[in-house]
Amino acid sequence: MSEVTMPQVTRAEIAVTACSDLFRGQGDILASPAGIIPTIGARLAALTHAPDLMLSDGESTIYAGVPSLEHQGVPGGFLPYRELFELIAAGKRHVVMGGAQIDREGNHNFSAIGEHTKPHRQLLGSRAAAANTINHRTSYWIPKHSRRSMVQQVDFVTGVGRTRAEHAGKGAARFHQVHQVVSNLGVFDFNGPGHTMSLVSIHPGVSVEEVIESTGFDLNIPDAVQSTRLPNRQELQLIREVLDPLHRREQEVRS
Amino acid sequence: MTSKVIDSSTLADLFRDGMTIGIGGWGARRKPMALVAALIRSGARDLRIVSFGGPDVGMLCATGQVKEVIHGFVTLDSIAVEPHFASARQAGNVKTIELDESMLVSGLRAAGRRLPFEVTRTGLGSDVLGANPQIRTITSPYTDGETLVAMPAVELDLALIHLNRADHLGNGQCLGPDPYVDDLFARAAKTTILSAESIISTRELTQGHHPATLLLNRTMVNHVFEAPGGAHFTTCLPDYPRNEEWQREYAHSASSPALWEEFRTRYIDKEHVWTPGGQQ
Repeated sequence: MSEVTMPQVTRAEIAVTACSDLFRGQGDILASPAGIIPTIGARLAALTHAPDLMLSDGESTIYAGVPSLEHQGVPGGFLPYRELFELIAAGKRHVVMGGAQIDREGNHNFSAIGEHTKPHRQLLGSRAAAANTINHRTSYWIPKHSRRSMVQQVDFVTGVGRTRAEHAGKGAARFHQVHQVVSNLGVFDFNGPGHTMSLVSIHPGVSVEEVIESTGFDLNIPDAVQSTRLPNRQELQLIREVLDPLHRREQEVRS
Repeated sequence: MTSKVIDSSTLADLFRDGMTIGIGGWGARRKPMALVAALIRSGARDLRIVSFGGPDVGMLCATGQVKEVIHGFVTLDSIAVEPHFASARQAGNVKTIELDESMLVSGLRAAGRRLPFEVTRTGLGSDVLGANPQIRTITSPYTDGETLVAMPAVELDLALIHLNRADHLGNGQCLGPDPYVDDLFARAAKTTILSAESIISTRELTQGHHPATLLLNRTMVNHVFEAPGGAHFTTCLPDYPRNEEWQREYAHSASSPALWEEFRTRYIDKEHVWTPGGQQ
């Protein structure tokens, strides 16, 4: 990469590339990203290494191509909620969900904070997190990695982690696959002992100490810590000039 | 054939204390707000509300008419957390049965099919089951032997639905981008009230529109109520988008009882026909 012609890569752009890499090797499934950076990431994947990914507007329209953030896109299919639930049950999807809390075992919560019968903060509710995690591959996007979002134990399990899925029987574990977590600090998976969270890579400019400080539980840290890869020249051009020319990614994660 | 069209006084007489009422639409999209306003004016109490919730749930929480909400979420879409619902929850004033969206779909579908439950994988391992011990699991009788969720039927006394157009017989037409699961609500209910932007003849419904847009047939509907702007301030595409300004005002009214009373007096207490495109 030429340092002369390529301005400094931002943290948001690294996170976009990490989200794109979540979809490596996938095709003919619906990529369902929540949040600005995962949305750019899924579209970047479709424009580069995963051209067969299916994308939608998150409501009832499947896109024929890969629109930028600022364009409506050309309709290429119909996906009302009733059909989305059929597609989920058939397993033809990889969702990247946001969440208020994720815990060490990969359980997820965007229902409410505190005691569920009388929460101190009501959030969205269960939505389809239980359906997603039990039926198809699920990843998570945490734009503000902190001890409040990365917790020892979530207050209410909306999305199901591996250990809970296995305890719920083979019907629960059969199609369950929590893949990775991308945050503003790094990339994580659940390949630690007992399917607990492990550091896969830290984003350039982040220290291991910062990740440990910002995590509310003991994270598995490998002996040799990897760095999240930088976007290549083509990816940077697609992010900056095609997918997100208004730099909305920089509002979600600031450098 | 007999007309199912009713006026507002007949509508008001359909609501009773303690009813389980399903409300169509999704979040702040195509909610039957004119029917919800009529329900509020009726003063019916101790209601169980079943909804993919939006301002319908929030308003009925604010008026104190709800005993229990059965939902998959409650949101205003462009405002993520429904503030009136959140206030009621955080004060411990409303009970909830919180389900995964697709579990609620299963429960409504089972009710419409007159079955006790529908089998689903969804819910396994999640606190949706932990918080709702009345929802049981079942073991597959076949060789796989899997343990699955037996989602109980969600039976409704009343379903409230708003669509773009209807005829006087109870055929209902959805011209918007998503029918949501309004047909399942209609089938799950003993009585379905359909409001529509306009009531036109059966013949006119399919002039220029494929019959597939007729989401509800007349076996699914008991009463038809004409309500132009009847989903306002939520979306009713292609007739009108969400009125974000009104929605912000509604959301802001959760910040004090006085603001809520003002909102209620202005927009709910008097029967109000909102004209799309008109001055607000």
